[in-house]
Order: sequence, then structure tokens, then C-alpha cells
Amino acid sequence: MADAEARKVIEMGYGGNERLAMNMGPQHPSAHGVFRAILTLEGETVVGVDAVIGYLHRCHEKLGESLTYVQYPSIASKTDYVAAMTAELAYVAAVEKVGKIEVPKRAQYLRVLAAELQRIASHCLWLGTWCLDMGGALGGGATVFLYCIREREGVLDLFEALTGARLLYGFHQVGGVRYDVPAGWTQNVRETLDLIDSRVDEYEAMLEGNAFFLVRTQGVGTISRELAMDVGISGPLIRGSGVNYDVRRAEPYSSYEDFDFKVPVETAGDCYARYRVRMQEFRESIKICRQVLDGLPEGPISSRPGVKSVGQVRVAKGEGYTRVEGARGEIGAYIVADGGPKPYRLKWRGASFSNLSILPHILIGTKVADVVAIMGSVDPVFGEVDR
Amino acid sequence: MTLPPIAQTAVAAFVLLNVVIGLVTYVTLLERKFAARMQSRIGPYYVGPHGLLQPIADALKLMMKEDVVPSSADRWVYNLAPIAFLVPCVLIFATLPFAPGLGLADLNIGVLFFLAVSSLEIVGLFMGGWGSNNKYAMLSAMRGVNQIISYDLPFVFAALVPVVLAGSLQLSAIVTAQQGLWFAAYPVIGQLGFIAYLVATLAAENRVPFDILEAESELVAGFRVEYSGMKFALIQLGEYAHIIATSYLGALLFLGGWLGPGPAWLGAGWFTLKAMLVFLLLTWVRWSFVRIRVDQILAISWKLMLPATVLLLLVTAFWVAWRSGGGA
Repeated sequence: MADAEARKVIEMGYGGNERLAMNMGPQHPSAHGVFRAILTLEGETVVGVDAVIGYLHRCHEKLGESLTYVQYPSIASKTDYVAAMTAELAYVAAVEKVGKIEVPKRAQYLRVLAAELQRIASHCLWLGTWCLDMGGALGGGATVFLYCIREREGVLDLFEALTGARLLYGFHQVGGVRYDVPAGWTQNVRETLDLIDSRVDEYEAMLEGNAFFLVRTQGVGTISRELAMDVGISGPLIRGSGVNYDVRRAEPYSSYEDFDFKVPVETAGDCYARYRVRMQEFRESIKICRQVLDGLPEGPISSRPGVKSVGQVRVAKGEGYTRVEGARGEIGAYIVADGGPKPYRLKWRGASFSNLSILPHILIGTKVADVVAIMGSVDPVFGEVDR
Repeated sequence: MTLPPIAQTAVAAFVLLNVVIGLVTYVTLLERKFAARMQSRIGPYYVGPHGLLQPIADALKLMMKEDVVPSSADRWVYNLAPIAFLVPCVLIFATLPFAPGLGLADLNIGVLFFLAVSSLEIVGLFMGGWGSNNKYAMLSAMRGVNQIISYDLPFVFAALVPVVLAGSLQLSAIVTAQQGLWFAAYPVIGQLGFIAYLVATLAAENRVPFDILEAESELVAGFRVEYSGMKFALIQLGEYAHIIATSYLGALLFLGGWLGPGPAWLGAGWFTLKAMLVFLLLTWVRWSFVRIRVDQILAISWKLMLPATVLLLLVTAFWVAWRSGGGA
């Protein structure tokens, strides 16, 4: 404690303004993974934020260069492990775009179904953990968390029946999907959707009628429309700040243009607005899933044969970028192919990474308790931030 | 053979202490089962039939844990804190009459003693937060002092409403005054007083939604983050003893204490039943609300709870004075 800055801090301390540097993370109950925020506090007020990321770095882009087009989709799901389906989709869509590979209609519909079910599961986990942040593991938060996990369980059971896995699926493959729906599965999907539809009403009744929930979320962590567009956040965050932007609508992929759905937009930009956007997305996703089930066409599920060897997919020289709307925002994959069975270069655009960069802009001046509420409302998944 | 009075008191105190500890241990099971029911879970199930031995297993586990003292802790303060925290929490049971004549000391200033001693727990709490030499613990201790000072006032004023209605500070006299009508059923004043008492209790006990001290999503575990093993158990024991004692006081002040149908020896049973009812009310709130922020907690106390309870007490006082016909 000898440098000038430290002396200044000490002097301020004698003026009744002592600052305290507090580590939140890397191991902290509300870090949502491994995230380290070094908070500078004056009393309870945050006056400085230093975000440290990279604790979960697994060289994903290098892995993408050393694994073949057949192998990588099941690794791609490990970037955003809470919404694995959409991460896989971004990768295979990029490969299909570069290789100009057609995808049969049935496969496209199944991809949409998987992506929307995944969005529901991911939002369930988000709502639970966010309330856990605000309500405590020994309080009302735990109650909401357990309710949400119960619903997520239903969706995971559907995925288990479809792919055999519950977290990281390997459902997508270049040219289509790997598994067709098992017998009786669509009926199970409908029942689960009906159940979740009614349960979402319960959550809203429980939370929106709760004055303490409202004071904790309304007017907290406000992101203005301009700031949202400057920083480049996406997904429910930017829609909570009044920007009507959704990749599914702006640049439809995988037959999203066939379905009728609303893009929920709220203008307040605070935690409550983000909550409202996600709650409406629950309902829109349920609506899309029902439309997929109603209009599921017959036909092949892949334009390519099943996996015989790891090097069987070769993509002609070229490059391309695709983006999909994940549960947390825009997921992009950029691929440079050199004609071999592996890409020459793979670049991920993680939605959580871009969304997380909003934190220093909105955390200054809030209370410590708000930090966890705001971080929860951003909904970062650190597998996707660090990759 | 009769024992000298001092020995009799000592034996009674020993018995009471053990009853309290046993009660507290099993109240944790009650709370866990209740919370599990709310959250569509089962709760503790495997230790003994329906998890009935779970509290004992937990206590044994805590006793066998390694006692870690952080190297930078202020050893004296750190080691003394759990005791300083536990003593007032258990001491307040001394004045509670569980049935007519069944209690350690039925002081004529029972309510005053209870309120004064119960707020002493903050000393141990702050010692723990300060002595741990941990930033989370310190922030939590600061919050604790803030909160307990703010909420002890409304708590005292709410508890004084039945005192004024009964016209006595003696706990047994307050129960006797409720022979005809429990104070919770007293028109308007009683209900408002009971609600104010419950809210102030939640805050004074640091329960959700006022548990900013513990706030594990912000401050990990608050002032007890560095405690382990038996010291942690002592703090936990003190906290639950305090909650149980406050529930008993609430049952005594508003729900008629040991009054109830049946023979007189059922009194202690009725009293415990009512206290558990109050405790479950507090638990119900705990498991259905989110935590509020420190500034909002203080605002609720100073801007709402304190004026409201003072006003309530004044109204009660005028009402009682007017009814008794004295020139108020």
C-alpha cells in the first residue's frame, strides 16, 4: 500500500469515505459459473467494477479447427451448455451455408422445435437462478427455483427421449438432424407444453403480485435504448430496452418464416422489463412449438447419410457466417473452409459475452444487492462467455 | 429431602436449557419439512423414519467437523462471538412462563427483560463479523447493526400494545388479562398490533425478506462465513432459539399463551402449539418472498413501521385510558 492511488484511498478513508475492494467470484454463490467481479464499494454503493473473465476458457475455437464437421456439433453444444440446441444449430447452419448443403423441410421443423423447447428450458433455469439471486437459497428464491427446475425437467425428459441425452445433445448434424421423433413423442410434447403454459401463469401470479419482487426489479439496472445499441447487446436484453430486434424475424433461418409469433418488446430497460420479455417469450415459444407439431411435414430428416466415418463431410473452399437467436441472444458462427474435413478457422460470437459487456455501464452507483439482481437479469452462461 | 432454593433454580435452569436445545433442534426439522411441502419436495427422509433423526445427525456432524480459525482473525473476539451471541438468545427463555407457575422467573418486568436481553444478540453478531476479519462478514455485521437498531424500535412498540391493554409488564398477568378475549381478536388494535409484531419479528430475526445479513447470494454467508463446526452450530442454535423465543412471546402477547380448552396441565402444550403456529407463519413468509435491499429495509422501518407502531400504541393508550374512565 505505497503507491499514490492507495494513499489517496487511505486519505479518503479518513474523510469518512473509505473504499473497500470486494471480490465477487470466481467462486461465489451468484456468479452463475466462474465469473469474477472486483467491486469497489463505498459503504454499500458500488463505485467501480472490474470484470475478470476467462476462468472457463477451453480453446473452443481451436477445437473447432482440429475436429471434423461430423465431430464438432456435439462439442459446439458445450459453449452454451444451458441452451445446447441453439449452439449446435449455429455451427451446423454455418457449415451448411459454406458448403451449400440443403436441409429437408422436416429437419428444419425439428430444428425449430428443438430450439424453442430449449428456449423454454433455458428461461426456466434463468428465472429460477435469478430469483435465487434475489431471494436467497434459504428463502423465497429457492421456492421459485425448485418450481422452475420442475418444469425444466419436463423439457429435459423430452430431449432425453429424443436424443438420449439431457444436457449436451449432439442432435444436429450437417445436412439435417440425427434423430427422428420416437413414437408417441409429439403427444408428450403437447402435454408438457400445456403444463408449462399453465405454470407460467402461476409464476407470474407469484412474482408480479409480490411488492418486494417489484421494488427489487423495477427501475434497477436500466439500460437505455442508445446504450443497448452502442454496446451491441442482443436477445431479451435489447428487446427489454425497446429495440425490436430478433434474428428469427430479422433474418429468418430454418423456416422460421413459416410460423406466426410475436417478438415481445418492452421499453423500460430495467430488470423488470427483461423479466417481462422473457415471460412473454415463454408463451411465444410454446406457440411456435405447437405450430411445428401441427405442421410437421413428412420426409427425410437429413440430406446426408448417417455417420459412417468422422471425415465423411467435406466442405468446398469458402467462408460464411450465420447467426441464430439463442435463448440469451444472437449466437454467431463464422467458418473458413479449405476443402478438407475440418474448418480452417472457426469463430464464435457468444451472446453472453456481448451481453456481459453491458455490466460496467449499469453497475456503477447501484447497491451490492442490485449487482446480483442485474447480473442475474443479464443471464450470462460462462461456457459461452469464455468458450 | 429438599434442595436449597439456589440448587432448585439451578436444576430448573438446566432442565429448561436442555428442553430449549431439544426444541430448537426439532424446530429445524419442522421448518425443513414445511419448506419442502411448499416447494413440492419431500425434505429430510432417510435418517430415521421420515427423517426424524435428521437433526441429531446434523448436530453430530457439526460436532465432528474441524474447527477452522482464519489466520488473520482477531482470535479473542472471534472465539467469544458465538458465546456472546448464544447467551442472550437462551437467556430470554428464563422469563417465559410456559404454564401458570411453570417458568424460571416470572419477573414483574418480564416484557422489558425480554426485549432488553433479546436485542443484546447484536453484540455477539457484530463481534463475529468484526473478528472474522473478512469483508463479507464485516459488511454483513454493519448491515446487521443498521437493521437491528431500526427494527428493535417498532418491535418494542408493537410488543407494548398488549402490555397497555393488559396493564402489566408481567408476562403471566398479560396472559390472565386475555381470559375473555385474546388480544389478537381485540377489535382493530389487536390485529394491527399482531401484524406489526410479525413484520418486526421477521426483520429483527433477519429472516427473508429481511435477511440481508446472511444474503448468501451477495455476502456468501454473512457474518458467519468464517465459522465452522461447533461454533457455527452455536450461532445457528442461538438464532433459532431467538426465533422460537420470539414466537413464544408472540403467542403469549397476542394468542393467549397457555389458555385453551381442556385441563390445566394441557397449558404448556397449548402454548407450544400456538408458538409453533407463529413460527410457521414466519416460515411461510420466509419461503415465499425475495429479499429486499438494505436501503429499502431502512426506509420501511423509519418511514412506515416506526410511525405506524407509535401511532398504534398512542391510540391504544388513549383507548384504554378512556375506557377506564380516568382523566387521560
